[in-house]
Formats: sequence, C-alpha cells, structure tokens
Amino acid sequence: MSLQRITTTVNEASVSAEVEPRTLLVHFLREQAGMTGTHVGCDTSQCGACTVRMDGRTVKSCTVLAVHAHAHRITTIEGLSSPDALTPLQQAFSDLHALQCGFCTPGMVFAAQALLDRVPDPTEAQVRDALHGNLCRCTGYQNIVDAVMLAARRIRDEAAPVASTLAGEVQ
Amino acid sequence: MSKLDSMHAALIGQSVRRREDPRFLTGRGRYTDDVPMARLAHAAVLRSPYGHALIRSIDTSAALAMEGVIGVLTYADIAGKVGDIRPNWVIGDSIVPPHPPLASDRTRYVGEAVALVVANTRQQAADALEAIEVDYDVLPAVVDEEAALETGAPQLHANVPGNLIGTYKASGGDYAAAAAAAHKLVTVRLVNQRLIPSAIEPRAVRASYDALDERLTIHLPTQVPHMHRRWLAETLRWPEHRLRLVAPDIGGGFGSKMHLYAEEILVAFAARQFDRPVGWTETRSEAHMATTHGRAHVENVEAAVSRDGRVLGIKLRSVANMGAYLSNMATGIPTNNTVTFICGNYDIPAMDAEVRLVVTNTTPVDAYRGAGRPEASYIIERTMDAVAHELGMDPVELRRINLIRSHQFPYTPYGHPVLRWDSGNYEGCLESAVTAIDHAGWRKRQAELRTQGRYVGIAVTCYMEVVGMGNSRTLSARGFDRGGWESAQVRVHSDGKVTLFSGSMPQGHGHATTFAQIVGDALQLPMDHIDVVQGDTDRVPAGHGTFNSRSVAVGGSAAHTAARKVLDKAMKIAAAMLEAEPQTVDYAGGTFFVKDQPQRSVAFATVARTAYVANKLPAGMEAGLDETVFYEPRAMSAPHGAHAAVVEVDIETGEVQVLDYVAVDDVGVLINPMLCHGQMHGGIAQGIGQALYEGVDYDESGQLLTGTLLDYAVPKSDQLPRMRTSFQVTPSPTNPLGAKGIGEAGCVAAPTVIVGAVCDALSGFGITHIDMPLTPPKVWQAIRAGRSRAQARS
Repeated sequence: MSLQRITTTVNEASVSAEVEPRTLLVHFLREQAGMTGTHVGCDTSQCGACTVRMDGRTVKSCTVLAVHAHAHRITTIEGLSSPDALTPLQQAFSDLHALQCGFCTPGMVFAAQALLDRVPDPTEAQVRDALHGNLCRCTGYQNIVDAVMLAARRIRDEAAPVASTLAGEVQ
Repeated sequence: MSKLDSMHAALIGQSVRRREDPRFLTGRGRYTDDVPMARLAHAAVLRSPYGHALIRSIDTSAALAMEGVIGVLTYADIAGKVGDIRPNWVIGDSIVPPHPPLASDRTRYVGEAVALVVANTRQQAADALEAIEVDYDVLPAVVDEEAALETGAPQLHANVPGNLIGTYKASGGDYAAAAAAAHKLVTVRLVNQRLIPSAIEPRAVRASYDALDERLTIHLPTQVPHMHRRWLAETLRWPEHRLRLVAPDIGGGFGSKMHLYAEEILVAFAARQFDRPVGWTETRSEAHMATTHGRAHVENVEAAVSRDGRVLGIKLRSVANMGAYLSNMATGIPTNNTVTFICGNYDIPAMDAEVRLVVTNTTPVDAYRGAGRPEASYIIERTMDAVAHELGMDPVELRRINLIRSHQFPYTPYGHPVLRWDSGNYEGCLESAVTAIDHAGWRKRQAELRTQGRYVGIAVTCYMEVVGMGNSRTLSARGFDRGGWESAQVRVHSDGKVTLFSGSMPQGHGHATTFAQIVGDALQLPMDHIDVVQGDTDRVPAGHGTFNSRSVAVGGSAAHTAARKVLDKAMKIAAAMLEAEPQTVDYAGGTFFVKDQPQRSVAFATVARTAYVANKLPAGMEAGLDETVFYEPRAMSAPHGAHAAVVEVDIETGEVQVLDYVAVDDVGVLINPMLCHGQMHGGIAQGIGQALYEGVDYDESGQLLTGTLLDYAVPKSDQLPRMRTSFQVTPSPTNPLGAKGIGEAGCVAAPTVIVGAVCDALSGFGITHIDMPLTPPKVWQAIRAGRSRAQARS
C-alpha cells in the first residue's frame, strides 16, 4: 500500500513519518511518535483509552486517521504534565485512589479535563455523563467521579481571591 | 508489639497514596504492548469462523508470497514440536481432551486459532490473514451445556463420550435424612450466565530469542509469571532456566490473565523459528472470542427446611459449561470452588452435590474474579430468598436464624474432615448492613411508594468465601498441580535501603505500595527506603503469583516473614558492633541500641554496611543482609460480609436503578484501607455488571453474538451507583498479618443482592426470580408475564 508522509506536532515537538492512509492516529502516536501512554482497549471506540487532544479538542484517536492529523497539534497524556508536576485533576485522582491498573487512566484524565474546561462546577450526574465514553473495569467509577469533583473544587478555590483550606477534604 | 515499636509510625492500616499513580497518570506506565523492541515483527491469528467444522485443507501459499510476510504457522508446522495446552487442575477422574495450540483437523469454537502469520508490520500481518485459504466442512454445533448432554448431540471430542468430561460428587452430613425430616423441600433453578472478564488492557505477548545464550525472553501480562514460565517451558519443550518471563504493568486481569493461551506458545515458538522478536496484541473482538470466559453454570437446588425456618440440608445438581477445551483451572471452578461454599454463611448440617462438567462449541471457560464463589453465593442466597418466600418469613430474619455464630469459629461445615472457616463475625456484618441500609425504613417507604406507582425493592444478603490458596499439601489433595507457598526475598543493600522481590504479581492492586507498607513496618523503616520488584522471573527467585485473593495473606506474609528474618540477623550484627549480648539489644525506628542505654546505638544503615564489609560479624556468620523465604500458609482464610441494596424498577421500561448500595465486609486486617475500599468498589461493579448488564450470547451454530463491546455491556460510569463500603475486622489466625483477602469479595456478593432486590420490588407481580442479566427487556417481559398470570387468575 502506498505510503503518505505526514507531519504533526505531538506534545510541542514536530513528528514526521510515512504512514499508510488507513493508519489510525492511535497507532501513529504509539508506534511512530513513541507516545505509548495512549492506549488501545477496543476496536469499536467504546473504551476511550486512546483519548487525546487534537488542536485542543478531545478526540478518541482510534476514530481519527493519522493522515487527518497532518499539520495539526496533538497532545497526548505525556504532554499534559510530568510525574513531578501533576495537574490538579491528576493530583485529585491520586489523592482519592481513582485509578487501579492505570490502563484507562490517560483517557479518563482527558475526558474529565475536557469537562472541567467546559463546566467548572459540575454536578455528579454531569461528571458521570462526561465519562460515559470511557470504560474502567477496576474502580467502579466512584472514586473517579469524586476525584473530578474534588479537582473542580480545588481549581475553583485556587481561582478564588480568598485562599481556602483543603483540610478534611481528602478522605 | 514492644513499646519500642511505637517509635516507628505504623504503616499498616494507613491509607498511603499509591506510589504507582504519578507514573500511570502521566502515561509512563509500561504495558506489554508498550515494550520497545528492535526489529519487532507482528503476529496475527487466523481464527475459526465456525463453531464446529472439519478442516479439509489449509493453503498458505498466497499469504506467504505477500509483501512483508515472514512466515505462517499451521498445525503441520508445530506438530511434534510443541505440546498441547494442558489444564493444571484436573478434578477427580475428569477426561482431558487434546488441545493443540493450533487446530489440527477440526475447530471447536468460533475464534479457535487455525494459523499464525508473522509479518513486518501489523497491517501486513492482518492483510495476510485474508489470503489464507481454509477449506472447512461445517458440522452441527452445540452451545448449551444441557443440550450437549442429550442423546444425539453433536460430539466434540473422540475421547469424551456424550460430551461429559466428568461428574463431581461431594457430600457431608445426611441429606436424605434432612429431606425426610423437612417440613418443606424448596427448589430453585438458577442460571449463572457466561461472562467475559473484559480487562481493559487486551492480552499481549512479545517474545525474543537470543541465540548467543540460547534464551527466550517473553513479555506477557500474566498474573502468574513463574507458573506461566513453567507451562510455556513444558509446552515449548524448552528448559525452564533458559526462559525469562517479564510481566510489566498489567491493565487488569480478573483471572483471565492467569491461564496459558495458544497465542503465547505460538508467538514464542515463532520468535525462535523465524529468528525475529515477535509481538501480538489482542484486539477486543479477539478478547471476546479467545480469552477465557467465566461462570456458565446451570444449577438446580433443593433446600430441606423446617417449619420454623431452619435450613436442614441443601442439594445441588448442576451442569457446568467448560467450553470446547479444558482451560487451566476449569474443572476446579464449578466443583471445588463452588460446591465448597454452597452452605454460605449458614449452619446447614447436610449437603449433597453433583456437578456435571460438559464440553460445548464455545470459548473455554475458566476462573474469572470470584471463580466459583459468586456462583455459590448465588446458589445459597437465592435459595434463602426462595425459602423465605415459601415460609412467608422475612428474608433477613430467616438469615439471622441460620447464621453461623461467632463462637462456632473455627467452623467446620457439615462435619467436613478438612474444611475450616478460620474466623468471623457473620452476625455483626449482617446487622451492620441492615442498619446502614435502613432496612426497616425502606420497608415502610416501599409500601408508600407502591401507592404512587413506584416499585422499590430491598435485599440484604450474606457471603463467605475461602481464599489465599495454599497450603501445598491441601491443594495437591484436591488435584491442583501447583504449590501454595509464596516467595519473598528481602535484600538490604549496603546503604541500608531495601528491595523486596516478591512472587506476587499485581494487575492494578497497588502492591508496590502495600508491600512496602508491610516491609516498612516489619523493618521499621520509611516506605521510601523500600522498593518492590515483581513480575520478572530473572529477578524474583520463584513464585505463584496473584489469584484467589492471595496476595496480601500469602505474598504479604512471605514479605513480612523475610523482613523479620533480616531483622533477626541485623540484630545479631548490631549486638556484635555494640559489644553487647544479643538479648540486651533492642531496635526501634531504624536504630539498634542497648536496652536501658540508648546512647549505645547503631543505625540500621550502618549495620547493613557492616553486613557487607563483614569485618565485625559474629563468628561463623556469612556476609550480606539478604533473606529469602518460601512462606507456606498454614491454611486458607475466610473473608465474609453482608451487602444490602435498594433498587427501583421502572415497570414501563423494565429498567433497574440502584438507589443505594451498602457493603459491610470482614477481610481481616486492612493494610491500606483506601485501597481496600477501591477493591470493593471494583468487585461490586463487576458483580452489578453480572446482575444487570453482562452476558454472552451464542446462536445455535456457535456464532458469538456478543463479539464486541457494542454488544457486550460492560457497565459505564452512569450505570453504576454510589457504593457505601465499610469494614469490620476479625483478624485471621492463619497468617502473621491477620489479613484475609479482598480482591473478589465484591463480585461474590453483588449479584445476589441486586437480583434479590429487583425480585423484591416485583414481588407484587408474583415474580420470585429472573435469570441474570436483568436487562430491561427481560425484566419487562417478566412483569408482563406476571400481569398475564394475575389476569388469568381473576
């Protein structure tokens, strides 16, 4: 099959590669850009483990062809933060034990962050709805939902002019 | 605990944040498919599209001629070179049908491996599959376990007449006498439907062969690295010491990643055969077809009950679907693992069970989270509800009457010569759950809501199980071809920092944190001085891995024991350094000192250094500070609990909503409570999945109708309720930590309580039972049938 050269920006770095036109973005990211934090969990876009950002919009990278990412800007979980500098959302995930095996976690973080970017003060129902496209088999979702709510509170409190205490917030 | 231990802040019992998390949260986890490998070739598997078919011929020539294709394997290529996949738990006189890793002359389920292609790229391998010509002669199939036993049913294996692998019988007490003395015999028929374990990380394998030292290295998400090494070595006819298994991060296992699969054998074989590192990663549809399924029993139960609600005996006649071949533990699950627990939390003096094991044209069935105990819990708890209904008693009161009392521990069920439930407080859990759910309040509200056309149901159920597989003699007596010990090596480095090498293997459990808490407490050192290494047969000396909720009780106890041995040696070295008698030396918070003379002291790190410099060791002592133990548990432990749920059923749509869920569990001592709550959440979620959503469907020809996540309903965030989990602690006397095991408890209890609550909500329609999963169409049909019955009567 003929190959096509694409150039994308992945986590602020330019990545250029030859791909088959049928190559999915997720495979390009994992195999050619080396960003293995983007996971493949299913064939039918049900699980959301491959969620990334494309030009700031959240997409499931198994539903995008790599050629469509040409000249676009991709952020994978590796580009969102580092282990030494977690985002408030990631910190809340750790504080409330919102992950176990960690395989679905990058996708969960992107889906939840997209909600918080849009709705800074979500209800539990809104959080559960926002995570509808991301499957987790380990946590029963409860701690994930709680972590998203906690992160929302912390982000709001940080934005507020008066500092508030977080004592007692973490169970 | 000595008074000096208090100088070290206890780590056991603390909800320590997981050290794994930052890595996972930022995409730095390393799962098998992430492992970088130069010159990696990709494998793809050609699978049977038919439930049952003869293979007339296979033509691979077109595939072999395709660009990028390195090689193709069929049965002819491996015959005589690779052994069969053999179960390592064969109950009684069960027949073992041959199971070659590639189908020889016949395929017996949709998804069975027929050929393996190896190509330069994933896409080339996938393309080549389509060029392989297989001439099939389709045969009649049978997918239902009861139909498979009927005369004239399609026969799967020449050595399995009537498709019957074997019949398992177990009994205790005198059931016939109980039945004769009974006021009533209450019967129920239950289906514990077939499930797909559905770890979010698919299975994967990467194998590379190094011709220099003639070693095979295999990366594999396995729950049991050392056992997997043994199985692969045996099947590949390759010496075990030249095989290295590395299990990196694992994205969930739930039992399904502890079995030996065809792809693992084939990829390892191909790596040598084609002299290229080879990788294969399952697609989700392959996971549905070719990764073992769970449950799949039909159970007929009879309970002999007295007028006042005592259950005098229980009889079970069940048929278990093994799938087309016997997977690793398969025969043990519906027999030993189910029958042992069918008396549940109750003091039932007689039991009589018979289980028929059957092959069908379906994916092999094996251990899946709970592995027999969810089935057992379902059997006894649905029966208790049926008994309560028949006797017109309150289901909770009936349970109270029959519970094993706290003073009866260690409890011997129906006078069994070997079985012992180690410790517990069944009444305490039940009463806490009843109170927490506000059972009385909901009973009142239920009646009020009914007048408003709302159908609310409430149920409280109990469960118990026995976990922590060991010891080796007990397992062996039950046909289980593995040991039951766990290894731990605690290596203190010359700077006083510590590495634990443990034979346990997490799949998201957080062992790196929990086990560091255990060793940290034993050595009274801060957690960040302790690293935990698991999942590499070259680094960890030996092991059995993680299943049957054995990690903390057995693996954790091994780690604790090794650490105590290290401390004993360090104490002797310290005494020599302090020029004191060993019995006068004490240790606290990282410092050895002479009792009543705390100024005469030496730090743990200094002792470690001395252990390696070896200039001040007591006479006759070897250098080093490094202890390995093979911890053999005295016995298994018996976690238990009571769960309660309130549900509401929309009788127009059949939809079930869980309004409240309470779990009170006794899993012994909690090492990290935060992680324990997490384990319960996950288990309950899988149990609710079984109760309400999940179920495998085949058509009559053996076609898998639930072949993707579009058709198989793994619960989503908006389909699961908030769960209120809490713990009661009765330490286990079987191990030094007092821990019992928690990994499976949630999914043991949840199906029974959810089904119980739904049936309670619909009791007005004359509904006493609906088979799982309680999907809206099924519930709606049951309501409609109930209404028709009521109309017919009026």
